[in-house]
Amino acid sequence: MRNFRKTLILIAAAMVLFSASAFAKPKTWVVGFSQEGSESEWRTADTISVQNAFLADPSFDLLYSDAQNKQENQIMAIRSFIARRVNCILFTALVETGYGPVLEEAKRAGIPVVMIDRDVAKEDRHLRLTIIGSDFMKEGEKAGIWLANYLKEKGMADKPINIVELQGTVGSAPAIERAKGFRIIMKDHPNWQITRSQSGDFTTAGGKAVMEAFLKEDKNIQVLFAHNDQMALGAEQAIKEAGLQPGKDIIVIGMDGVKGAFQAIMNGEQNCTVECNPLLGPQAVQAIRDLRDGKKIPPRIWTIEGLFDATNAAAAFPTRQY
Amino acid sequence: MAWWKRLTGKKLFWPLVALALLLAFNLFFTPHFFQIQIKQGHLYGNVIDILKNGSPIMLLAIGMTLVIATKGIDISVGSVAAISAGVVAMLIGGDLQGIPKHPIFESIVLAVLVCTVAGLWNGMLVSRIGMQPIIATLILFVAGRGIAMVTTNAMVVWLYAKPFAIIGQGYVFGLPFSLYMVVVLLLMTLFVTRRTALGLFIEAVGINPTAARFAGINAKNIILLVYAFSGFCAGIAGLIVCSNVMSADGNNAGVGYELDAILAVVLGGTSLNGGKFNLLGSIVGALIIETLTVTIYAFNVPPEIAQVVKAVVVYIISLLQSSKFRSSVANMFGRRELAA
Repeated sequence: MRNFRKTLILIAAAMVLFSASAFAKPKTWVVGFSQEGSESEWRTADTISVQNAFLADPSFDLLYSDAQNKQENQIMAIRSFIARRVNCILFTALVETGYGPVLEEAKRAGIPVVMIDRDVAKEDRHLRLTIIGSDFMKEGEKAGIWLANYLKEKGMADKPINIVELQGTVGSAPAIERAKGFRIIMKDHPNWQITRSQSGDFTTAGGKAVMEAFLKEDKNIQVLFAHNDQMALGAEQAIKEAGLQPGKDIIVIGMDGVKGAFQAIMNGEQNCTVECNPLLGPQAVQAIRDLRDGKKIPPRIWTIEGLFDATNAAAAFPTRQY
Repeated sequence: MAWWKRLTGKKLFWPLVALALLLAFNLFFTPHFFQIQIKQGHLYGNVIDILKNGSPIMLLAIGMTLVIATKGIDISVGSVAAISAGVVAMLIGGDLQGIPKHPIFESIVLAVLVCTVAGLWNGMLVSRIGMQPIIATLILFVAGRGIAMVTTNAMVVWLYAKPFAIIGQGYVFGLPFSLYMVVVLLLMTLFVTRRTALGLFIEAVGINPTAARFAGINAKNIILLVYAFSGFCAGIAGLIVCSNVMSADGNNAGVGYELDAILAVVLGGTSLNGGKFNLLGSIVGALIIETLTVTIYAFNVPPEIAQVVKAVVVYIISLLQSSKFRSSVANMFGRRELAA
């Protein structure tokens, strides 16, 4: 009987100890990350940055899902995160629209949603907590301002300038906002005109095929404005095949700042790239840490970004990670 | 009117009419469409681009025609093409000086071999395990992209080995190199299917596999063969795609190619019910698709509605192909003439 009471006390003590230790050490926070795909070096750098940043903090567990550029995959991934009762969802939207219902589900389950890089459409923005990422519209404006300065330097500021545009995936936030930003600057330059605009789907093959067709129909192109570097790199191949020199005969503006674009700038085949910083991991971890600690989070967290052309590309190249 | 009947009765007539209509549209509405120049020692123009950029779909359509003739379907070809691009990029490597890690020829052969094995796998599932073709090839349609991603480490791999560029960007006697590959493969396939009994066997399997078996045809091996061949064609198509932009992109290389290839076969007049097939028709079908794409770029259709325009044109062409639709239209007009 004595033994029995002793065991009982021991068990009770053990339980108290266990529960105390459970209180002392907070459970790990599970974060579900739905990436839209891995279509470019940029996207891969972004993914790795987020994965590494979460790996560095053992109080987080990251569930990663690659939607392979399909919205239905992404919605499925978010649903499965909700079903697994994750503490927070990180999410890069493939296109802007169509995520309302699934975000509504997350909200009902009480799971905060933090967007990374690409935002959802305006009407769904009340369903997410914050967005960490680039100001795509500002990037478009930067490209326009760079072009204005470059043309002034070359003494072409008042000449008629025909611009062809390679748009990103139709309906995606960067495609819409970059086009908008660039057109804001265009308003100050009535001599600029966008003569052709087609979607190259953010891919090299797409950019090349569209540019090939443009070059055949249009002998009077001064500027190529591509919504990302992959398309610009493809288009540069098409320009070379047409017997022209990209960077000289046609001014090439790319966006994102991937390594390939830096090489092209150093070879004189591309004129500039507007950086769109993919290394969002540290900022994402910080935001979610603040969220866990109950701090207030701003509705927008901007990333710090630059612009590279022939003057500074070579100097910055060795430090580029993507 | 007998000559008209004989002409419209030809298998290739309606696909060619559709292609001619598309080209006629360009003749009137896109001024430089037919302009051909000589640049850097080769022909240069939209028409050349159609032949060059259309060659992957033409290759896939050749393989797909035989698969469809056996009443099968292969929806894995786009993913298999991505595997081919991934394998060849992995073997050649992204060295900036353009020094290949493995000899280019060996890398190419190995990539095509891997894709033929992928095709054999499809064929095994269909012929030996008896899976529905669409389900059997769905496996590689999904998993193939995963394999391609593994080979490229989920990155876009850039290639700088100059000789490899010949496949997708090179020219021989002024015409794209890839076009010669299509022509050689087409002639070989035409020879094997029209000058030997193999074509007849394939049709027999497509019409009635049981009857074919009783007639002494090894239906299982015929099915295995056509899927392996489809994988082989996809492998070569993947090489062209990769070489054209000198980069391998596991996510985006060959996306949607399976549907384009199936569409090419159907536009070319081969029925999805199997049996009789028309290889030249499939080539014309592929040319129709590529011409449509280039037309949309050249005519500068706004990208927001480009897909709808494509859909409407394909719809009209499909109606044009349907003999039932044509005869009912003819009847409608016939009756009206009587009334008047």
